[in-house]
Amino acid sequence: MGLEDQAAVKRVADEHGSGVVVLLGTPDAESTQTLAQTVVVGDPSYAGPLAGVPLGLPVLHVFEVRDQVPVDVYEAQVGLMEMSLDRDAILAGLREARRVAAT
Amino acid sequence: MELRGKKVIALGERDGVPGPAVAECARRAGAEVVLTLTACFV
Repeated sequence: MGLEDQAAVKRVADEHGSGVVVLLGTPDAESTQTLAQTVVVGDPSYAGPLAGVPLGLPVLHVFEVRDQVPVDVYEAQVGLMEMSLDRDAILAGLREARRVAAT
Repeated sequence: MELRGKKVIALGERDGVPGPAVAECARRAGAEVVLTLTACFV
């Protein structure tokens, strides 16, 4: 995640406290793991404002909230990408990030 | 996890689902979107 984006996430998390949830739209397992790790345990590259800052925010992928979104909205916003991306690999990456964060 | 009533950071990606699309899903699920970003991995 870029340095400016990290700063924005940190500012918003500080402002709103622990009630914030991160919803990802990442396209593969690697980017999913990297972003999840950044907002849970801190910047893995130790370069940005979130280096060493474990925000501990809950992380979901947008594919996981399909049932909560009106069908027409989900299809218009996400449907095409969900068909073209490897959904199982992305969600496996997120599970791995959660497992690492819990240890 | 139920999104309704939660504050959401929509963290999209250029090669995946962009931030505004993630945010729209969150909003329509009943969440308040407090930040929308579209990351770009190169």
